[in-house]
Amino acid sequence: MTDIATYNFAYLDEQTKRMIRRAILKGIAIPGYQVPFASREMPMPYGWGTGGVQVTASIIGPDDVLKVIDQGADDTTNAVSIRAFFKKVANVAVTTDTASATIIQTRHRIPEHPLTAGQVLVYQVPIPEPLRFLEPRETETRKMHALEEYGLMHVKLYEDIAKHGRIATTYAYPVKVEGRYVMDPSPTPKFDNPKMHRSPALQLFGAGREKRIYAVPPFTDVVSLDFEDHPFEVQTFDQPCALCAAENVYLDEVILDDHGGHMFVCSDTDHCEKRREEGHRGHLAPEMMEPAQ
Amino acid sequence: MTEEPLLRVSALSKFYGSRVGCDNVSFDLWPGEVLAVVGESGSGKTTLLNCLSTRLLPSSGTASYRMRDGQFRELYRMSEAERRFLMRTDWGFVHQNPADGLRMTVSAGANVGERLMAVGDRHYGKIRATAVDWLSRVEIEQDRIDDEPRAFSGGMRQRLQIARNLVTGPRLVFMDEPTGGLDVSVQARLLDLLRGLVTDLGLAAIVVTHDLAVARLLSQRMMVMKDGRVVESGLTDRVLDDPRAPYTQLLVSSILQV
Repeated sequence: MTDIATYNFAYLDEQTKRMIRRAILKGIAIPGYQVPFASREMPMPYGWGTGGVQVTASIIGPDDVLKVIDQGADDTTNAVSIRAFFKKVANVAVTTDTASATIIQTRHRIPEHPLTAGQVLVYQVPIPEPLRFLEPRETETRKMHALEEYGLMHVKLYEDIAKHGRIATTYAYPVKVEGRYVMDPSPTPKFDNPKMHRSPALQLFGAGREKRIYAVPPFTDVVSLDFEDHPFEVQTFDQPCALCAAENVYLDEVILDDHGGHMFVCSDTDHCEKRREEGHRGHLAPEMMEPAQ
Repeated sequence: MTEEPLLRVSALSKFYGSRVGCDNVSFDLWPGEVLAVVGESGSGKTTLLNCLSTRLLPSSGTASYRMRDGQFRELYRMSEAERRFLMRTDWGFVHQNPADGLRMTVSAGANVGERLMAVGDRHYGKIRATAVDWLSRVEIEQDRIDDEPRAFSGGMRQRLQIARNLVTGPRLVFMDEPTGGLDVSVQARLLDLLRGLVTDLGLAAIVVTHDLAVARLLSQRMMVMKDGRVVESGLTDRVLDDPRAPYTQLLVSSILQV
């Protein structure tokens, strides 16, 4: 207790947490609507998850179990640092196990293991405005949201098809929430979009630099935008994970040597490890596992 | 000609502080009619056009528009959502500078298709077919459909802007100096095209121009403005051939003869 006495519980002061909670509640009440909030300076640079960290700090309690992932991985710098940060400033239990976490802060992935009621998924969002690259004026985009003028969003998808013959947007794929607001699901791969639809978990989005919070309450409709003759579809992979042989999961390409050698492995490290513990083996698993053992 | 006008404007005034933008302008516009508003720069033409197209709110006066259901609606009492919906369905606005009316960073096809998508069209094939059709109607080669307007010449940009506005089949189009900044041969082709489209589609249009030749070619009726007031109005040929107000006489006699 003595070493954390120098920090308020979960780093932020109580007034700030109260302000952020109000923004979160408003976001939950209006699914997909970007609520402005007074984002604070955090002990990390913008773009490293200051929004997500503030949301997590505002909702975390002493009994929570926190998991942090970065591109699906529990063991990258960002994930390790944020986990260590909350361990230090909130003294909470941390885990890499998706099923036993109560709060999962994520950068750009939704875990493969299905989320359950009571879990909260906190997204780190760089640019919350899905219309931003089409319409640079904030005054105008807010008006477009208010008046539900979303034709422009389809202009982007049209451009994709005109240029590439298909919808080439692969991440930050725009969705419509509860039939009303068009929302940027943060730069998660569109592979994860279907997991947002009617998810039993609460999904919170924090954009620290842009000072916006938005939310998708449990069991809310989240529909990816598309055309009738070019329907939404997720990425498919023609080979299973090289380590755990999982199919229908999102894979990362890992470069193995300087001679073009590469392999595709689960981006969700927790999922991959669990499967290997259960005895699943991919075609590269033995060679890869030996040095580690 | 139907019995009722499309747009009724009554005592419209716009003041910028103590300066007059336009003062006490009244007129009716009928379906299929092209009205030219002429006058020198600073005479309030563009202010009037911006008020009518609800891009500006007037200081006083009213304008009512006959909606597709036949009911007149007072423009300045509509909600912003209704006005913006009107702007992108039943109306068009052709800017003098095409860059103001186009999205310069998306392809020509998407520029034409945007209004269709905005009113809920969700079939790529159909949107593209409509875009191709409209590009050919404004004499843009079909293989330019995926080019950005940045790669277009001034005349092509202006024609693209016209296609983008007409794709939803509007009934009223506002044009602000549609041929400004184009060289004379391109102007002539654009005017020819506009005249064809207006006649074919039965569009009503309000064209603001300082170029009396444009007014003569396009419009049936014209209003001459000076210092924010309408000094003369009437059939275009009558006003140009037999100007009555001293200012109009001056304007007509100022045309350079080649």
